Amino acid sequence: MRTRFFIQLLARGALLLGSAQVAAAAAPFEDSMAQRTLACTACHGDQGRAGSDGYYPRIAGKPAGYLYNQLLNFREGRRHYALMTGLLDPLSNAYLKEVAEYFSALNLPYPAPLASKASSTSLQRGETLAMRGDASINVPACTQCHGEALTGVEPNVPGLLGLPRDYLNAQLGSWITGQRRAHAPDCMAQVTRKMTADDVTAVSSWLAGRPLPGNTRPVRALVATASGTNATRCGSAP
Amino acid sequence: MKKSIAAVAVVITMVIAGFAAVVWGLDTRDRKQAMLAPASGGTGSDLIERGAYLARVGNCMICHTARGSSPYAGGRGVDTPFGTVFSSNLTADKNTGIGNWSAGDFWRALHHGRSRDGRLLYPVFPYTSYTQVTRADSDALFAYLSSLPAVEQPNKSHTLRWPYATQAALAAWRALHFKTGGDEPEAARSEQWNRGAYLVRGLGHCTACHTARNALGGSDMAHEFSGGLMPVQDWYAPSLTSPREAGVAAWSPPEITQLLATGWSARGSVSGPMAEVVLHSTQYWSVPDLEATAVFLKALPGAPPEQPTSESVPFAAVRGAPTLTSEKGARLYERHCAQCHGKEAEGVPNAYPALAGNRAVTLPVTANLIQIVLNGGFSPATQGNPRPFGMPPFALVLSDQDMAEVLTYIRTSWNNQASSITELDVNRFREKTAQSGR
Repeated sequence: MRTRFFIQLLARGALLLGSAQVAAAAAPFEDSMAQRTLACTACHGDQGRAGSDGYYPRIAGKPAGYLYNQLLNFREGRRHYALMTGLLDPLSNAYLKEVAEYFSALNLPYPAPLASKASSTSLQRGETLAMRGDASINVPACTQCHGEALTGVEPNVPGLLGLPRDYLNAQLGSWITGQRRAHAPDCMAQVTRKMTADDVTAVSSWLAGRPLPGNTRPVRALVATASGTNATRCGSAP
Repeated sequence: MKKSIAAVAVVITMVIAGFAAVVWGLDTRDRKQAMLAPASGGTGSDLIERGAYLARVGNCMICHTARGSSPYAGGRGVDTPFGTVFSSNLTADKNTGIGNWSAGDFWRALHHGRSRDGRLLYPVFPYTSYTQVTRADSDALFAYLSSLPAVEQPNKSHTLRWPYATQAALAAWRALHFKTGGDEPEAARSEQWNRGAYLVRGLGHCTACHTARNALGGSDMAHEFSGGLMPVQDWYAPSLTSPREAGVAAWSPPEITQLLATGWSARGSVSGPMAEVVLHSTQYWSVPDLEATAVFLKALPGAPPEQPTSESVPFAAVRGAPTLTSEKGARLYERHCAQCHGKEAEGVPNAYPALAGNRAVTLPVTANLIQIVLNGGFSPATQGNPRPFGMPPFALVLSDQDMAEVLTYIRTSWNNQASSITELDVNRFREKTAQSGR
């Protein structure tokens, strides 16, 4: 109940900011993808730069395949948010692909990350998990699949930077509980279930506080590791 | 004393026995005729192709497929005021589907609402409409379904409350609300009208939503197509007879066929459950079938102008004192709506509907309007309108009060003359959105 209250408060704050922009930008009708996707940017922010409440993530610049798969996941019931599902229900795969490609192609600057309030021990643990993994609990580094710079890998693996800590926490939690799923092998479910609640907070806090590198685009392919090419096969791409 | 107890016991036993006999009688009266209709014959790919088309016309897949699961393997729950009914597996799997059914069994289900084992089916499966389907069309449908890959997926048990779950209740319900069909064409009407009637009243099962249901869930056929509130979903399927709702007597036939084929026409667009119908069904209807439908819909008797459609709908009665059509409503419109719908609510052709003179805006039942503004939505992405524009959700942006203000403003401006909307009206739907959210 209290969470909902805060979400509404935040949303109203966003409204005040957003409405000022709308009033300034009121322009004659132009048939564009930006116009056709106003239903998306209403929550995900102008040009998909993220909503201001911490729950509607940035979609601009994410790999097109990843965005497309998430749209399918929401429509087919593998991710759960009634508003999203309702919006996507009447749309075709071809159109969802076009929407995904539109947002993916938007190259927009990222805001500077907020300073983290997590303890230095926690941030250190987060960095270890993200960059090197923890062999003792069989958790690979995030970089193993999400790219050395953590900006994602074309076409299907998302970048992990420039996302709010609350969003990251919610997603990792959803993988653990099975709320968020991928086709088998469901790598994220397997990995997150080996992590403790502290591990989840640690890695979310570290990722959320990490500044973006000069090149924010997802890389074309993973760099081959010493032991050969990346061996993890995941079903995250349906 | 003992004697009178015995007498009461005898009477009770007789009443129960009598009731059981009536139920048994109702249950078995149409058992025999079910098998009498002759099989149509015909085989091969033509029949399957025809069946595939008919399955589109009947929109069978949408109910018989659970979200994200194998097509036609069933398992989608349909919520009703009596509980949830789950659709069944229609694939050719022998254990969990209809792989062991004959064309006659299938016809009996469609025409009489009886399963292969003789059990009465729940009328969530709209056999009250499908009973109009010819044996030849039934056989084609069966041939198509039999051609689908078998999927092993056991049917889910319905979760209906007592006594609705019982066969006795169904037998009684059928005595009140179900008559087997297969009506002869009306000789006084054109062939086109008759084809339209067959589609709309039969496989199209338009009456399932567009005719009001009574407390027992039976369609009020005395007021066929006069509009109905879809229970649980809380969308209002507007009257197809009233010129103030979704009646199309004044539309040109191409406007009607365009709406059904693309989801859009110059006179109006579809949203909510009807968007689903256009997306999965009517966009695939053949041009002659759409034209026949237009002829039938145009010829529906107009509703008498005095008939207050809203009276049959419970929550429309919850009307508070009219909110002041305030400057606040105008300001909110200017800020949130005018950018797309226009300063004078004139809309943008082929993108954003005009709100001035829009019947969806001025419907006496406000459920659709509130749901659209709360949750947003896209027109269906059809072959004729593959890249639809979208309405943003306002659930997180506008408070109940603001939404009531702006909607009241929209319903009472630019010559729109409709009742006001209260905070309470909006709040009912907000709770719903919250429950199904995140």
